[in-house]
Amino acid sequence: MRFVDEFRDPELGRALSGEILSLVEPGRHYKLMEVCGGHTHSIYKYGIDDLLPANVELVHGPGCPVCVIPMGRVDDGIAIAHQDGVIFTCFGDMMRVPGSSGSLLDAKAAGADIRMVYSPLDALRIAKHNPERQVVFFAIGFETTAPSTALTLKRARAEHLPNFSVMCSHVTIVPPVRALLESPDLRLDGFIGPGHVSTVVGARPFEFIPADYGRPVVISGFEPLDILQSIEMILRQLAAGRCEVENQYKRVVPYEGNLRALEVMAEVFELRPHFEWRGLGFISHSGLKLTEAYAELDAEARFSVPGVRVADPKACQCGEVLKGVIKPWECKVFGTACTPERPIGTCMVSSEGACAAYYNFGRFAREREVV
Amino acid sequence: MAEPAVLSEREQRILGIIETARSKRAKFRDERINMAHGAGGKATQTLIEGLLAPAFASEALEELADAGMVEVGGMELALTTDSYVVKPMRFPGGSIGELAVNGTVNDLAVSGAKPLALSLSLILEEGLAAEELKAEVEAIARAAREAGVEIVAGDTKVVERGHADGMYVCTTGIGLRDARARLSPAALRPGDRILLSGSIGEHGTAIMLARGEFDLDAEIESDTRPLWDVVDALLDAAGPDLRCMRDATRGGVASVLNELARASSVAMIVREGAVPVQPAVAGAAELLGIDPMYVANEGKLVAFVAPGAAEAALQALRALPGCEAAAEIGEVRTEPPGMVLVQTSFGGKRVMDQLVGDPLPRIC
Repeated sequence: MRFVDEFRDPELGRALSGEILSLVEPGRHYKLMEVCGGHTHSIYKYGIDDLLPANVELVHGPGCPVCVIPMGRVDDGIAIAHQDGVIFTCFGDMMRVPGSSGSLLDAKAAGADIRMVYSPLDALRIAKHNPERQVVFFAIGFETTAPSTALTLKRARAEHLPNFSVMCSHVTIVPPVRALLESPDLRLDGFIGPGHVSTVVGARPFEFIPADYGRPVVISGFEPLDILQSIEMILRQLAAGRCEVENQYKRVVPYEGNLRALEVMAEVFELRPHFEWRGLGFISHSGLKLTEAYAELDAEARFSVPGVRVADPKACQCGEVLKGVIKPWECKVFGTACTPERPIGTCMVSSEGACAAYYNFGRFAREREVV
Repeated sequence: MAEPAVLSEREQRILGIIETARSKRAKFRDERINMAHGAGGKATQTLIEGLLAPAFASEALEELADAGMVEVGGMELALTTDSYVVKPMRFPGGSIGELAVNGTVNDLAVSGAKPLALSLSLILEEGLAAEELKAEVEAIARAAREAGVEIVAGDTKVVERGHADGMYVCTTGIGLRDARARLSPAALRPGDRILLSGSIGEHGTAIMLARGEFDLDAEIESDTRPLWDVVDALLDAAGPDLRCMRDATRGGVASVLNELARASSVAMIVREGAVPVQPAVAGAAELLGIDPMYVANEGKLVAFVAPGAAEAALQALRALPGCEAAAEIGEVRTEPPGMVLVQTSFGGKRVMDQLVGDPLPRIC
């Protein structure tokens, strides 16, 4: 495939791998966090950590928009889905995320009309085709998906669709990263910056990471060579004692972001005072809700929801796993109370979460020896 | 840093707990059936191993093979059954009727049995157009002729409108075990080569595009076809060195390899670059974020062959029409048991796990 294979060339990969090896100091341990779930996916898919020296460790960050939705909000979604006449729509990977008593997939089996959509516009289309039903879209994701929800809401308002509403669970990327950095026991040396989010917000919002916390950031693309090159750029900064925001993904990410998308978001969304993250707890100004002008399209206002906060069990140590303070298996509930079948924290929910990966692949995730 | 030795002891203990938990038979604990139970992944496995197999306590069933063996008067007969609920009923390259014949005869074929006869049950929805029914009956008759099997028994039921999405088809097949076949997951040995009879992912991708949920156009046809001639050629070329076969339907090649790795407590390594995938399928998979290794096929088999016979088996495959793209994609290893690993084209290694979610319901 043209424009794809170029970024997956194993020869170039080996060359970068060699560069990386020459940049690391033996005896020093490097912990780099990839913030975005998309990077975690690529790292896993191409076996990228297999190409890194043993003392360069990748820590999976909080950037999987599905995993961070807390149980209470899944419960709220299920409560709406069970109301008479409602068609509840969401992205496919949201279906399996557990609430306090089952997932949306289970609610579907129990009779709720829950449909998988590929974009919020699909949900809007369902609303137009079913004027006698109430159609609710469960909006999740970072600044990457928020603009398309915003545009859908604008269209719904312009077309005066009375039977469409959105349960807004959009989140923003900077607050959780800042929350991780605020932690006194942080053990991260640098960040692989989120490429998709940055196409919208640009690179500038990440300047606080080197400025206030002294850690380098490289905004990265999602192909294997992009990620290897970003790791190389971070290590080069560390070796030279530099610390700044660099943009490896220049072919897509403008430094200032996408102003048009930011405008639309500002018109439709405003920050919630605080929002709960699964495994990380409440983080101020980290979630989005609809502005006054769009309040009538807010599903949480239109339907009664329990709105009950379901606390992560106290023993859950996802926060520390995310900060790189402990390894998955050092968590008190790992493998006993918390398993991929019955996950407690964010790291066990998605198969790409650090704990789920370790649970499933155990020692082979590190040693990768095949005899 | 704490003492590494102490840490590693605790880590070992926890990994031990996990391994014990994983090796225990899956329990079926769900309150209701959901779509994942039909997807061929972990939930399906829980349903089969946790509820069905223990309830019937049949030795043949315990093997969880594609067909069960029954001995009748010194003859070994293979028996298999399958239901077809594919949506839409017709798709590029095939239809539900053709699938209902090929799917069942292929389960017999990969068990080393020559398909002999089928039974056919039709569940029809009130309001189904007679033209559509006729077209499917003709497709069934044609596919049966091509596969060399007779339809010898049948049944029809009609259900109210809204209950069967046009039609569902169930077929049961009977076959005679070929004398050359010595097939069993237990026969897998480290060093055995993994052969694939052609390019993968066409059936699932064709269905996905036929549903029109994505604004994507591509010339991709289902690969549905009977596989007995392929099995026959492999048995001729490799004889007893042909250890085991599976047709890579629901859940794709990845699921087949995982099932066998678990059943035989061996490891497998797959070279991603060696797996044949048509460019259009690779493109669609790329756009949709799907790995073709997990996409359903309806005319492809995976064969495990002893190293000495692998080349002959591969040449025999490639000589068959429709199998020109056959390839050796990897081999059986010992460690880590029960795991399938992939050597990625990019140079890294990763685990290719069992399917967890449900990428696409009602594929066959």
